[in-house]
Amino acid sequence: MLSTESLKKIDKEIAKYPADQKQSAVMSALAIAQTEKGWLSSETMDFVANYLDMPPIAVYEVATFYNMYNLKPVGQYKITVCTNLPCALSGGNDAANYLKQKLGIGFNETSADGRFTLKEGECMGACGDAPVLLVNNKRMCSFMSNEQIDRLLEELKK
Amino acid sequence: MINIEINGKQLEVPKGSTVMDAAKQLGIYIPHFCYHKKLSIAANCRMCLVQIEKAPKPLPACATPATEGMKIFTHSDQAVLAQKGVMEFLLINHPLDCPICDQGGECQLQDLAVGYGESASRYQEAKRVVTNKNLGPLISTDMTRCIHCTRCVRFGQEIAGIMELGMSGRGEHSEILSFVGKTVDSELSGNVIDLCPVGALVSKPFRYSARTWELSRRKSISPHCGLGSNLIVQVKQNRVMRILPRENEEINECWLSDKDRFSYEGLNSEDRLSKPMIKRNNQWITCDWQEALLFVVQNLKACVSQYGGRAIGALGSPHSTLEELYLLQKLVRGLGSNNIDHRLRQSDFRADNYQQGIPWLGMPIAEVSNLKSILIIGSNLRKDHPLLALRVRQAVKSGAQLSIVNSTDDDLLTKVAQRAIVAPSELVRTLAQILKAIIEYRYVEIADKIKETLTKVNVTDVTRAIANNLVSNQPAGIFLGNLSQHHPNYSEIFLLAQEIAKVTSAKLGVFGEAANSVGAYVAGAIPNRKLGNLTTNGEEVGLNAIQMLNAEAVSACKAYILVNLEPEYDTYNPQSALERIKGAEFVVSLSSYKGNITDYADVILPIAPFTETSGTFINTEGRVQSFNGVVSPLAEARPAWKVLRVLANLLELKGFDYETSEQVCTELLSDYGNVADHLNNRINEFTVNLNEANVNGIERIGEVNIYQSDPIVRRASSLQLTRDAHYPRAIISPSLMEKLGLRVGDKITIKQGVGESQLEVEQSESIPDNCIRIASAFNQTATLGGMFGEVSVKRM
Repeated sequence: MLSTESLKKIDKEIAKYPADQKQSAVMSALAIAQTEKGWLSSETMDFVANYLDMPPIAVYEVATFYNMYNLKPVGQYKITVCTNLPCALSGGNDAANYLKQKLGIGFNETSADGRFTLKEGECMGACGDAPVLLVNNKRMCSFMSNEQIDRLLEELKK
Repeated sequence: MINIEINGKQLEVPKGSTVMDAAKQLGIYIPHFCYHKKLSIAANCRMCLVQIEKAPKPLPACATPATEGMKIFTHSDQAVLAQKGVMEFLLINHPLDCPICDQGGECQLQDLAVGYGESASRYQEAKRVVTNKNLGPLISTDMTRCIHCTRCVRFGQEIAGIMELGMSGRGEHSEILSFVGKTVDSELSGNVIDLCPVGALVSKPFRYSARTWELSRRKSISPHCGLGSNLIVQVKQNRVMRILPRENEEINECWLSDKDRFSYEGLNSEDRLSKPMIKRNNQWITCDWQEALLFVVQNLKACVSQYGGRAIGALGSPHSTLEELYLLQKLVRGLGSNNIDHRLRQSDFRADNYQQGIPWLGMPIAEVSNLKSILIIGSNLRKDHPLLALRVRQAVKSGAQLSIVNSTDDDLLTKVAQRAIVAPSELVRTLAQILKAIIEYRYVEIADKIKETLTKVNVTDVTRAIANNLVSNQPAGIFLGNLSQHHPNYSEIFLLAQEIAKVTSAKLGVFGEAANSVGAYVAGAIPNRKLGNLTTNGEEVGLNAIQMLNAEAVSACKAYILVNLEPEYDTYNPQSALERIKGAEFVVSLSSYKGNITDYADVILPIAPFTETSGTFINTEGRVQSFNGVVSPLAEARPAWKVLRVLANLLELKGFDYETSEQVCTELLSDYGNVADHLNNRINEFTVNLNEANVNGIERIGEVNIYQSDPIVRRASSLQLTRDAHYPRAIISPSLMEKLGLRVGDKITIKQGVGESQLEVEQSESIPDNCIRIASAFNQTATLGGMFGEVSVKRM
């Protein structure tokens, strides 16, 4: 189901907790699985549940609680724009609208070429840098004016 | 102890109590939804907010520990304002569909909204709608009504032992659901219906059939497993509409198994008999009671005068009441026969003459939860005794070491410290190993005869570990499950278990298979002793169930009286049972259902099931529980005790002048004395034989499916749709699959004795090598022989 490298990484996470509390590693295990698979299918979650000896529904609870886990397939680049209040007051919605127009998709949609998925995010803890967005959960982009967004999209399209 | 004050009243509570516990002690009600005394504290509904002096804001009573000098106000302005605020939030997304909601009238949200809700909502925005989930044939959902108390989730995690429901999403997107498309399959699942404080989870079979205020609530006792769970039977227009638990901390707590809860559907089955029937010239005709009873009397008398009283055999179901079984044995003994038995699925009766009393649980049911070491021998515990499995789970949770010796490795949903999964023919040897390991571990005196046999066995690591568990953790309990009781070497298993119990000072218990397994002994429905006395009083010992039904037996019965059983499903060996019964000259069947009785009986007398008669069950801990009928008998069906009484009168037998079933019970129990004095699991003077296992071919592991165990549950239509009730399969270990060249899903022909059966193959690691697990009590497997023994397998 998952590659040996991923399993090795998960084992490393499991080792951080007492032997009878393997399920503490569920969040990192899901993140590792998602990095490999791109998204979390129910088979993947089932596998993680088995691997950590926990009920599948308990894994599902975690996966649905946090919105950085993708429960549906996403494009090559998942762009998550923060629209919480501080960002919204400093142009977060404008950045989101500009992205929608540029990519021709709405929130939770994927562009026809399968390259971009647009998501609405929650506070990323950098309100001073608003508007902010995340690329593939890992890369944080600050002060995203329209020009900055153009530049980012150019770079990602390469 | 700490001193606190609630609403101006002083009280003392133990340290660690919550404000909710303390208020309960004073009888003060604090409104709540998510709090439940048997579940962990979640404190997520916020309904139980109370004012506490010096606390800046209201605190949840269920999660706030009482501290010295605390002053609590449960009904102050601040508390009530907070509770009203919470109620307003709970009602924001709750639909106003009480008129079509099944929970209406017994809904905690509805009740509390009367006290804490406003008459109109200030909420103008759109309400959320949540899609319904398919949780299987027993639970119907209306998820928009859910208030996210998570009682159902916690029940799964903490009580049922398997988390099947969970809460997905967050905030407004929270939903209770099962993992993608799965149904809820726990054998205790129905309890979430009771736990749900709103109408989100309701009973599927009961749905839209009645309103709670139209139903009368009547007390009863469950006729299924040996526990004797206490029931509330709800009745409308003389029809049982549903069954709910009646709280009894010592037996079922506030739970019920799905079998106890949903089997009532079988009471209203199409298959119920409404009139007596007689076979004349190979034609079945319905007739009146008089004619049917005279027909029975005439035939029984003819049989007695031609062959003597001993030609009559009587078999009564252990699911029948004490009164029914007592009158049945009194009747056949009046006719001069001791051929009576209720142990229909037992195959080894060699210990009968050495038994010192009635086999029972060995301790009160509640004590199981407090054991520190448990050894269960031959039991499909979760399916055979769902609520005892729950007790075992509780014990393990509080630190007990659980060991299993069994022929199938089924998931008990709890931590099993040690397990020895062996073929049925190896069970005795495994127990001998455990005994030997204990004796090696610490020197104890045991009988020389047994010591000698022990020299022949070699202790394995697993059996040594089991021995270790029993010796080092006290109090310990050793239990014999249904598989042990059906096993052809039950005597040896019993004796070794007894020796193990003796040397470890553990208590030995036998899980009562049916509601009246203990009661049937008390009633005297056994061949070798009247009323469970130890002596046979010089009488000739009668035939036991296996002797009466063994096709090869010389001493045949010419006439059979069957009470409340279907021999093709309820006996150890349906093949020979049917052959015997079909070959008899006269068969009378007292039954609630028609089933296949017309194939072998000569007359059928329709009797009332437990809801339509008064009676008594004595459960596996020896507790005598009497109950009344909750509805009147269907059509011309009559309580079996009345039928047997009239039959005895017509047979001109003395001492059958009973007006009520209470008289029967009083007569029996006043003669008998205290039931507890007769409970004893000891057997004496018996040598254990450890001959090499003599099974060469493939061994059958027989079991009774959870929803096939008695005539009522077999007709409970919703239970028959559950995953547990699935079509029987031949379950085989991977290595045997390979050896036989089989693939999953192949059809095979299984031959046992003179019959055969075609089944689909299923692979499972939980089966020992060279064994095949085939459930009995199904139509498809009723053609096979005994529940254990050799079978041959051929690919179709």
